[in-house]
Amino acid sequence: MEQKKPTDMDQEKVIEIKGLYKSFGTYDVLKGVDLDLHKRENLVVLGKSGTGKSVLIKIIVGLLTPDLGAVKVLGQLVDEISYKELLALRLKVGFSFQNSALYDSMTVRQNLEFPLVRNQRNLTKGEVNIAVERVLDAVGLLQTINQMPSELSGGQRKRVGIARTLILQPEVMLYDEPTAGLDPITCLEINNLINEVQERFHTSSIVITHDLTCAKAVGNRVAMLLDGKFERQGTFDEVFNTDDERVKPFYEYNFIQ
Amino acid sequence: MDNQAENPAILKKQARPPGKITRMFLTLYDVCQFVTRFFKEGFLPPYEGRELMRQCYDIGYRSLALISLTGFITGIVFTKQSRPSLAEFGATSWLPSLVGIALLRTLAPLLTSLIAAGKVGSSIGAELGSMRVTEQIDAMEVSATNPFKFLVTTRVLAATITIPILTFYTAMVGMLGALLNVSLFEDTSARAFFQASLEQITFLDITASTVKAIIFGFTIGMVGCYQGYNSSKGTEGVGKAANSAVVIGMFLIFIEEVVSVQFFGLFRT
Repeated sequence: MEQKKPTDMDQEKVIEIKGLYKSFGTYDVLKGVDLDLHKRENLVVLGKSGTGKSVLIKIIVGLLTPDLGAVKVLGQLVDEISYKELLALRLKVGFSFQNSALYDSMTVRQNLEFPLVRNQRNLTKGEVNIAVERVLDAVGLLQTINQMPSELSGGQRKRVGIARTLILQPEVMLYDEPTAGLDPITCLEINNLINEVQERFHTSSIVITHDLTCAKAVGNRVAMLLDGKFERQGTFDEVFNTDDERVKPFYEYNFIQ
Repeated sequence: MDNQAENPAILKKQARPPGKITRMFLTLYDVCQFVTRFFKEGFLPPYEGRELMRQCYDIGYRSLALISLTGFITGIVFTKQSRPSLAEFGATSWLPSLVGIALLRTLAPLLTSLIAAGKVGSSIGAELGSMRVTEQIDAMEVSATNPFKFLVTTRVLAATITIPILTFYTAMVGMLGALLNVSLFEDTSARAFFQASLEQITFLDITASTVKAIIFGFTIGMVGCYQGYNSSKGTEGVGKAANSAVVIGMFLIFIEEVVSVQFFGLFRT
């Protein structure tokens, strides 16, 4: 499998994280995280389960508040802006959930219409339909438009979840475990979709995963979360070309097995 | 910056976890914030009219069968049980007005609300609870929409609007049940029965019943939404949210009933 090339590191930063701490009760999850995401870059965040990968992206969109540290998204400090400003910022940041989080009482069409009609109230019914069909076509699921989420497969649900975020035309995409629980063929399709989204919609993305095949296929850069910090960052080969006993088993399990 | 030294997480470890009483006050503070948020956001645009109508339909129309049956049986049973006591004093002619007053003042609001607390409260608690644990509420948040407005204000408003309507419907169906029982034992026409029932009902009775039903409806919606919206710990949390919505809802309805009886009693001579 071919590894993606790194993007130009001199590009504008869309996300800057400095000294981020987060704990739950007595369990410290993030212990001084520093991370940058550059424009039009796909950054893969790797780490074992429970290391705080999902916590990190939930802090980025303001779903969780950090104990300490600064998170700057598209030039705005997430912690310091008002709720109204946060909502405006969230329009520019798409979040694809691990379990897709589709609204199960709504059809696929209604799922996609929901954020659009609430954020762009001047759109006509025809314009909404065009937008819904355009993003569903982009993820290759136009035929499911009138189906309920319960009638979709795991892979289809992930795609619809991604389409629902794309409908707001975000500048930044956050993918939480996009290939978790999917078969290898569907994983490959999702990896291709993430790359297509980057090219077609010109997004910058953070992809949370512990699937190294996905990391290699979609990541311009990889950052590995170890003991609450990003201790290894770089290209896929740079991160895994090491004797670090915390990193080696990760690689061996994914590829040698 | 020496982050390690300033990390509040480290300081938190040294602090003792809050005790039962502190937790109770924290929950109370949380509830107050939730209710305040409803009043802040519920009446400001943009309005979720379509969702409000859908919730009114769900809460109202779909409860009709159960409420009809309960109201009708209550009317029959109450009339049947009251007759012997009144007959002892030769006062069976008072039966229609007794049934009318009892149904309108207490039985209809209380029965309707208790049924709604069970049916509607648990359904709201479970629905919002499962939306919370499957991250659907978070998905609304991150797509720059306000889930509180869409999910909470619509459901609380729908319950507040629908329960008073259902209360008067229950009273009417209960009267029909009472009429059926009366016509089996006495030679009373429907017109005479309703005339006797309604002439003892005052404006205060109707006002008190309406106000109580509004308060009960608000309570059912608010408790169900609070429990569901703040549920956690996966599927276990959903079950707990649904259960707490019913138990707390019913408990509060009984307390409100006692308080409102005392309050409206002040206006009766």
